[in-house]
Amino acid sequence: MISRLIKTITIISLLLLGSQLALAEFDPNTAFGTNNVIEHKADYDALVSSHGDQSYAFDFFTTSMLWTVIATGLVFLMHLGFSALESGLCRAKNAVNILYKNIFIICIGILTYALLGFNTHYPGAFNGWLSIGGPIGDLNASGGSTFGYGGLSLAMTGYGDFIFQAMFAATAATIVSGAVAERINLKGFFIYATVLVGLVYPIAGSWHWGGGWLSTLSTPFYDFAGSSAVHAFGGFAALAAVLVLGARKGKYVNGNIKPILGHNLPLAAIGTFLLFFGWFGFNGGSVLSANPGPLGLVFTTTALAACAGGLASMLTSWLFVKKLDLTMALNGILAGLVGITAGADAVSVWAAVLIGAIAGALVVFSIIFFDRIKIDDPVGAISVHGVCGIWGTLAVGIWGSASLISQAIGTFSFCAVAFVLSFALAHCLKACHLWRVSEEEESMGLDLAEHGQEAYPEFK
Amino acid sequence: MKKIEAIIKPFKLDEVKDGLAAENIIGMSVTEIKGFGRQKGHTEIYRGSEYVVDFLPKLKIELVVPDADADAAVKIIAATAVTDKIGDGKIFVSSIESATRIRTGETGDTAL
Repeated sequence: MISRLIKTITIISLLLLGSQLALAEFDPNTAFGTNNVIEHKADYDALVSSHGDQSYAFDFFTTSMLWTVIATGLVFLMHLGFSALESGLCRAKNAVNILYKNIFIICIGILTYALLGFNTHYPGAFNGWLSIGGPIGDLNASGGSTFGYGGLSLAMTGYGDFIFQAMFAATAATIVSGAVAERINLKGFFIYATVLVGLVYPIAGSWHWGGGWLSTLSTPFYDFAGSSAVHAFGGFAALAAVLVLGARKGKYVNGNIKPILGHNLPLAAIGTFLLFFGWFGFNGGSVLSANPGPLGLVFTTTALAACAGGLASMLTSWLFVKKLDLTMALNGILAGLVGITAGADAVSVWAAVLIGAIAGALVVFSIIFFDRIKIDDPVGAISVHGVCGIWGTLAVGIWGSASLISQAIGTFSFCAVAFVLSFALAHCLKACHLWRVSEEEESMGLDLAEHGQEAYPEFK
Repeated sequence: MKKIEAIIKPFKLDEVKDGLAAENIIGMSVTEIKGFGRQKGHTEIYRGSEYVVDFLPKLKIELVVPDADADAAVKIIAATAVTDKIGDGKIFVSSIESATRIRTGETGDTAL
């Protein structure tokens, strides 16, 4: 009885208080001060004029910079997508290990990119092949925070440029993480990923995006957002890593393939949708400004290629494998996305559909092919990123204005440097017994063996 | 007291439970299991490669009933879990030595 009385009194007093507040007259002059319009205008004028000679482009520059950081966030989200996809397509006993690797990669990737990656990737004037840069400094200094930093073709501040590219860099190592899952030594992978993302990726990238030799070919190599520079690079690094690593125990028994099923397909599907979503930032952000024309085209070609890729892989696996395999459909979407990445701003929408569709069909055959030749890739990373990365790069030579020969030289260079250095690195780590876990640890699962922690510890 | 263990197709659980409840046979434990009998497994394809599914998902229901109810319970389970297709499962009956209700300490048939 008493508690009901207290409740009633509380409600009535709250109502009274509310009505008092609602009835109080709102006076903008007392709230904000009469002179503030003028003061704010002065502040704004000062902000605009702080951009000096470049202040004429203030509005466009600000919009573009805003889009860049949003796109950076979208690319960041792709790391969650990779984490979900990879852990879903592996067994429950290795889920913690896979997530751990993904967490490590994003942390080390962005830090090494600040330490040496950014200035190695974009060295300024250099010999076109190799220039190891140092840590970043104040990128806002000497006009780095104005339209003067990169004009219309790079309408962002120095920091915007850095953080967007940093998010890309970590992607290359994430691609490898999926292919080597379930049997790689964690310490060895840490070393491998650090070298790959900190050094190899920016050196190779400088050949193209840093103004190196690939960008000075008679018909320059064209790779819009990195079908080769990011994806084929990651895919072929993964191929070399897997060759040295060997297949998972139990995958090939007496010469027969024994599929090892993913433990959580809903998680894999979430991962794929997140990657699709993040790709709008990956490709859309690579417009490097909010220039409306290219931005709309890139979003459209990206979406169309992804859809065509998904549909083509569904159809291919239905016709040739007689199976409506969800994992193939997921890989097909990603194949379409990887395929369109090189030419998202350089091909027509119907070319984008074709590029995506061919990538989607290609990925199914590629996955089966690698499986048959005993290259065990649990998530299909080599096929999705490696094979379709090459395809997407060449496609710009077919449907875009790039030269097919330059495209072939470019994509071969990225694949080769990734493969060779990854192969060498993996062999070094193997010699140090840091490349593969013991058979016992593999059977137990890396979650317990490496972490002493289970993804799903409760009794099921 | 008899313990009845029945391996049934998972989607038949509700029918079996309701059938037993209608005859006032209350209480059971259910476990998700995998296994095979004469039905054996079948082949499936994952990412382009065939594999054999040796163990099929089934449910195991366990209930302990007074001796007098055992035959009725088995008949009800058999009647409700049947689909007339291979893989319908099996029912096993065994004798139980004692039963104790933990909360009250009652034993024997009254504990059921």
